[in-house]
Amino acid sequence: MHLTTLLEMAAEGFGEHVAYGPRTGGVTYADLLDRARRAGAWAAARRVERVGLVDVNSDVVPTLLFGASFAGLPFVPVNYRLADEQLTAILGRTAPSVFVVEEEVAQRVGRIDGVELVARAELLDQLHGVHPADASSTLDSSPDDIAILLFTSGTTGDPKAAVLRHRHLASYVIATVEFMSAAEDEAALVSVPPYHVAGASAVVTNLYAGRRVVYLPRFTPEAWVATARDEAVTQAMVVPTMLARVLDVLEREDERLPHLRHLSYGGGRMPIPVIERALELLPHVDFVNAYGLTETSSTIAVLGPHDHRSAVAASDPVLRRRLGSVGRPLPTVEVEIRDATGAPLPAAEPGEIWVRGEQVAGEYLGHEDPLADGWFPTQDAGLLDADGYLYLEGRIDDVIVRGAENLSPGEIEDVLARHPAVADAAVVGVPDTEWGEKVVAAVVLAEGCAVTEAELQEWVKRNLRSSKLPTRVEFREDLPYTETGKLLRRVLRDELGGRAQL
Amino acid sequence: MELKPGLRLASTVCSTEVIVVKAPAGPVDLRCGGRPMVAKADAAEPSGTVDPTHGDGTLIGKRYADDELGIEVLCTKAGDGSLSIGAERLGVKEAKPLPSSD
Repeated sequence: MHLTTLLEMAAEGFGEHVAYGPRTGGVTYADLLDRARRAGAWAAARRVERVGLVDVNSDVVPTLLFGASFAGLPFVPVNYRLADEQLTAILGRTAPSVFVVEEEVAQRVGRIDGVELVARAELLDQLHGVHPADASSTLDSSPDDIAILLFTSGTTGDPKAAVLRHRHLASYVIATVEFMSAAEDEAALVSVPPYHVAGASAVVTNLYAGRRVVYLPRFTPEAWVATARDEAVTQAMVVPTMLARVLDVLEREDERLPHLRHLSYGGGRMPIPVIERALELLPHVDFVNAYGLTETSSTIAVLGPHDHRSAVAASDPVLRRRLGSVGRPLPTVEVEIRDATGAPLPAAEPGEIWVRGEQVAGEYLGHEDPLADGWFPTQDAGLLDADGYLYLEGRIDDVIVRGAENLSPGEIEDVLARHPAVADAAVVGVPDTEWGEKVVAAVVLAEGCAVTEAELQEWVKRNLRSSKLPTRVEFREDLPYTETGKLLRRVLRDELGGRAQL
Repeated sequence: MELKPGLRLASTVCSTEVIVVKAPAGPVDLRCGGRPMVAKADAAEPSGTVDPTHGDGTLIGKRYADDELGIEVLCTKAGDGSLSIGAERLGVKEAKPLPSSD
């Protein structure tokens, strides 16, 4: 199945409905199909191998994604916030290619061999003069073609280009979304950037459901709240750092977004106090925690609305703990926890999360090794409880090895974050001559609060065991995150470890 | 005819079009409106009539499947004929919609 088929179905099934933008005057599904066919012909005429985007969110994202599909070429959305040098290097790796860019990108990267840069405004002009690609041109296209190349955030080294083929994305969509299921008034606010897998999957899932999409070009919590209110947004997806900032604005402006029905979050660890606050502040909203990776075409496990409400209402500690879980795997996805040798582990034992399913790609450009039996090792550490709920413990590389003991930074961070004086916390292992590694915490205090290192150590000791208490707690103004909410542990580890040796 | 995932088929007696999601090895006698379906690439304008015993129609976006045979198709264009393998009607595969997560 090809993504262009999904677009043709949407145009056939509800072509006059608005796909992107305001309810009146927005781009309809029929418009989008026409634009995408033009973009397909436009791309095909350039004799390139890839079609990319270095820009903020706009309806150019679906136009180019489907346009590239019509041309049988991969779509490559790239992070516009990268440093000039890194951006230039990544664009160079995609040649021969054409990239639609925001104005200043051309000045930032200069001339790159084999890479044509086209400003966004110029693209729309050029598309008017193009004859749309013939619908029959995609009849021979294979579901094995590459639909999207996504450069991973590179928190652990050189960015890799993850490969998502049409069949991965299409099987994710048809397995998890009922066609045309969105009610007429539904609107999704998309604020994750186009180079994030959730930005890419939002294009196809909302299209298939027939849900209008409203884009927020650049996230600020004030703009998010204003857009959600003004556009009567009914659903949205945010990363954890966005949610905490949105809640601040909602409280400050005494706004409760009565139209909002559904808020999902993912892309990083959600501090329990933040989601508890969200549940309290927005009792009319259904919350969904979604766990997924770029390499798995987005979501592979969800903690649903009912799980959230029953966990927060529960006195049973097992049920209550579920609020910190990412829920259960999708029915179409298998999840196993395995040890370092690849052998499966029983319930409740922590190890590496492995995943298998039709939406799981797990390949990178230049390293297209087939997965053994379809199983993809995520490099995420976690466990499945007896009821099949999945708990994440961070990246395998982030697990702290103290003596012979493996310590999960996530577990210690959760305990620290529950302290009333703590707004945010991160825990890393830094080299230690006696133990190999020792636990060090970086903590951001809540506004107007104070707590000492000794008090936090005592707090951890009371809630966990003594081997898990940080030997040092450093108080900081903020923690280093990527703009999509991933904690930059490597940066933190360098900073905390480096300082310890002084 | 031999089916493979991604292959698009059209009815010869109504406007129904489907795309193959899963297919078993070997030839499959997939019909719409009682008449064998053809590859969309080779399809002419529909002509002839829908067999009234296979005339309940198809709905766009519905998946039709027989898990035992290992066949699943997705309807991409609705029509008046219904889908069958030989004379055996293909049932609608119930979706398990999830709360939207992106």
